[in-house]
Amino acid sequence: MSNNPDTIHTRIWREEAEPDNPFATRTAYCRGYDVFGQMLGNTRWIEMLVLLFRDELPDAAQLDMLEALAVALANPGPRDPSIHAAMCGGVGGSSAAAALIAALSVGAGRYRGARDVFDAMSAWQACGTDVEIWRAYSLRDTQDDIADTWPRREHAPGFDPHGVSTAASVRQLLETLARIGATPRLCWLAAQRLELEKAVGLPLDIGGVAAAAFADLCFQPNEGEMLYLLLRLPGAAAHALEQERYGYKQFPFYPVELRDDPATKETP
Amino acid sequence: MIGPELLAAHAGILRTQVGACWPGTRAVFRGHDLHKDLHAADWLELYLFGITGRRFTPQQVKLLHGLWVLTSYPDARIWNNRVAALAGSSRSSPVLGLSAALAVSEARIYGGGPGLRAIDFFQRAAKAAACGQALRDFIAEELKSRHIYGYGRPIDSCDERLPWLAGLAKEQGLDQGPHFKMAHEVETILLEMGKTNLRMNYAGMTAALGADLGLTPREFHLFRVPMFLAGMPPCWMEAAEKPAGTLFPIPCEKIAYEGVPIRPWQGRIA
Repeated sequence: MSNNPDTIHTRIWREEAEPDNPFATRTAYCRGYDVFGQMLGNTRWIEMLVLLFRDELPDAAQLDMLEALAVALANPGPRDPSIHAAMCGGVGGSSAAAALIAALSVGAGRYRGARDVFDAMSAWQACGTDVEIWRAYSLRDTQDDIADTWPRREHAPGFDPHGVSTAASVRQLLETLARIGATPRLCWLAAQRLELEKAVGLPLDIGGVAAAAFADLCFQPNEGEMLYLLLRLPGAAAHALEQERYGYKQFPFYPVELRDDPATKETP
Repeated sequence: MIGPELLAAHAGILRTQVGACWPGTRAVFRGHDLHKDLHAADWLELYLFGITGRRFTPQQVKLLHGLWVLTSYPDARIWNNRVAALAGSSRSSPVLGLSAALAVSEARIYGGGPGLRAIDFFQRAAKAAACGQALRDFIAEELKSRHIYGYGRPIDSCDERLPWLAGLAKEQGLDQGPHFKMAHEVETILLEMGKTNLRMNYAGMTAALGADLGLTPREFHLFRVPMFLAGMPPCWMEAAEKPAGTLFPIPCEKIAYEGVPIRPWQGRIA
């Protein structure tokens, strides 16, 4: 399938082997920088994260803004479906990877998940900073969209379909990121939030702020989707382990109301 | 009901039509007692009943079994199978390996994506035909605006599975459905249009057969979830039995670096 079937092409990573073992790494370079020889001890984790996605770092304010976003996203909290899923793994003694896979799979979706961030970043590309275009975009009928492995979009991406007003946590995140990064979409969103929410008919959600921040950092929608998945995993890990310690007797197992029960059907 | 009221109405309880279990007593599966009524069910039939709420004839179930069997390739080079095999080689667990391999199978250029889009294409084509549009015109429009899924294959345009699947459909008396016939007409039209690389592929034929069985795109998508599964455990097993790390080990020199040249790190840490 390739002219050089056993070679991996990459613009991200280079490795030099130890002289005695072609499979042992003597030096690893990320985007040309010596990872273990120069970066280690001199690099913030957030810098490494950005370098994995691009050749050059953004300015210091933008890095600080991304780091602040990473703090906000680190734990969606135990009410969030992705963390709920991770806890289902932890409470039953599933493997560590299973708990994280559960969080990734559930947190990948179009309701408060990474696909919503992808959609919201696509919306930024389509609508820019024009409230009227956002209004039309959010009202667009998606019934005839091409069939996709994802369920159809049900609400304006980046907004809370069950919200009443913007949660204080979302407002705080938006204002903080706009202040730190001073980037165009975040600043516009902070200034125009009420008007935009009125146009869309829903309050902004945390994913909508993340999407604006990722877009301001010049990430593509598929990169923002990946980052949103990655940055929410720490909370999933911690909550899964915690529920394993608490045990299943302290974890909700909900009552059920079965509406099609053969035991209650009349026999003919 | 909307907003927080809607959420509050659903908090703390599961209201369901599809089933429940009461440990120590019984389990209900879509309105039937699983043990009393369905204990002898064929697993695939139960799987389909779970997805659709409908029962399928033995001939239909046999055909749908065949859809899975004919594409179960235990070849650890194939991307999804390779994930299962790498898990075995890396001494990860079989369920982690197989579930990741299944997740990877929901791909854009093979597996889940093309299957879903192919059945969507056939059902839209049938709808257009019912409204009087010629199939050729519908195909021409589709070609202008998007890729036609169900036709063309990246490696080799000839799909070795198709004669076997067509034979099975004929054997079961299920080769006369409108979508199956249309799938062949589409191929003929594409060839007449000079699209010689767009021969029908497995996604196309399985989607046509699925549409003729009355499956919606979403039902067909769910039906296909374990389609490649049978080929995966052998890949995991063999890799787990070989010395650790010996599946496709990559020496440093096999990374072809094409990025920024080596440069000094200007420490930016505060």
